Amino acid sequence: MHLTAHVLTLLAKLFSGASVRWVDCQPDACQRVYFANHTSHLDAVVLWSSLPRHVRAVTRPVAAKDYWEKNALRRHVAWSLNTLLIDRKNIKVHQSPVDLMLREVADKHSLIIFPEGGRSNTGEMGEFKSGLYYIGKKRPDLELVPVYIDNLNRVLPRGEFLPVPLLSSITIGPPMWLEAGEPKKAFLTRAQNAVKRLKDI
Amino acid sequence: MWIQVPAPLLLAVMQSPTRWLLGVVLGVLAVLSLLGRFLRERPEGTVNPALVRKFNQRMRAWWLMTAILVAAMLLGRNGAMVLFFCLSFWALREFITMTPTRRGDHRALFWVFFLCTPLQYVLVAMGQEWYGVYSIMIPVYASLFVPARITISGDPKRFLERSAKIQFGLLICVYALSYAPALLTLELKVDNAPWDGDYSGLLFYFFLIVQLGDLLQFAWDKLVGKTVIAPAINASRTWEGFIGGVLSMAILGITLKWVTPFGYVEAAVLSATVAVMGFCGAMTMSAIKRDRGVTDYGTLVQGHAGLLDRIDSLCFAAPVFYHMVRFLYHG
Repeated sequence: MHLTAHVLTLLAKLFSGASVRWVDCQPDACQRVYFANHTSHLDAVVLWSSLPRHVRAVTRPVAAKDYWEKNALRRHVAWSLNTLLIDRKNIKVHQSPVDLMLREVADKHSLIIFPEGGRSNTGEMGEFKSGLYYIGKKRPDLELVPVYIDNLNRVLPRGEFLPVPLLSSITIGPPMWLEAGEPKKAFLTRAQNAVKRLKDI
Repeated sequence: MWIQVPAPLLLAVMQSPTRWLLGVVLGVLAVLSLLGRFLRERPEGTVNPALVRKFNQRMRAWWLMTAILVAAMLLGRNGAMVLFFCLSFWALREFITMTPTRRGDHRALFWVFFLCTPLQYVLVAMGQEWYGVYSIMIPVYASLFVPARITISGDPKRFLERSAKIQFGLLICVYALSYAPALLTLELKVDNAPWDGDYSGLLFYFFLIVQLGDLLQFAWDKLVGKTVIAPAINASRTWEGFIGGVLSMAILGITLKWVTPFGYVEAAVLSATVAVMGFCGAMTMSAIKRDRGVTDYGTLVQGHAGLLDRIDSLCFAAPVFYHMVRFLYHG
């Protein structure tokens, strides 16, 4: 692993004080899509850091290209975390974000995605975008793993750049799959509830 | 098997009463730990498993305390400051995590964590000449700064409540606790001559009477406790336990006074006062926990051990003990 990644992992652990719980789910390097609520810039790196090292090595956070390619520092951070950058603006046929993700994961990698798209301002979870559904449909072999990230929005809220080192927690729940013939809307609601449910466990 | 202890080390240990006391404490802890292990492995039904678990939990906390103290002794004064700074920082983290703050408090909290907390310990480490500054830095200046900084972010909702909570957290977790390592900076005089004892012994004595005070009150509560003081706040603290604990602590404090410059009366009064303050600390932190609906700070965020649960009595007792000793023996 790259040096920057080690430093970032350490900083993420120190500042987030994250305790990690695996509920009905074990750390495994098998192919997974971790999907989580999105409240802070730190979400991806803290979730990534909280995975065991061998899992981390095959897991790639998905992030927005326009943000992470803006300057050299961001590019470097994105590169060191092995981030999969998605172009939100320039979407073509056969070049959709989902196609791109699935091509990149191949038969080795796992992904970290935030199906809400952007970070919420209020801390309430927004509607899930449909990407998760299409991933489940096109690659039924991938485990879809819900993750609830708690309190990170207080560590680094939207629009702030200085962190306040409170204690946060990450809860990783049992894997789920798209049921045969399950409608898109029903699946996305089920996925959202799977994340919400972890809050109270 | 015969374990050889190098003669100089043995001599060094023998010469220092603090190390004697440390040896005794370590011995007692070892015996109690073995007892805890023995009880845990007894067949079911002979002992109450919940009680054994609680006992073993306490043992772990005491080992942790002792480890902190030993580290503080080995690292010297500045090392102890760094160590207690880390304790304060973590305790404040737990406290603010539990406290509902709003977006508008973010910048104020940043300064509380990264300016006020380290600054307090730097000032304490700089010694007695800075007493006038570090004794008012947080209660006065930080208390003025926090609400002022919150106003700039422009969110008036529950303003007074939010700033009061941050101020209180800072006062208990940082200001009060910093008086424990401040004991190492004291310059005491006994009969107009500088005290020739070991100041880490004073810190050790303080830690020990706080912990023993807790333990004695717990024991008296269990043995003769009848009148619960405030059932809504803490269901196990009784007046009998409180009075028994304070009185027996006064006696125990005298028997341990050989690491300190105290006479009989001073040792008794100081120990009793520390027991009273320890009680106040535990009750106050209980009240906050009940209000927030958590049983201990460790359950706030799953998987974290609650440091604040362990040091609540310490935080309340430290400033009072420090000031009494300073008043009685400072030159």
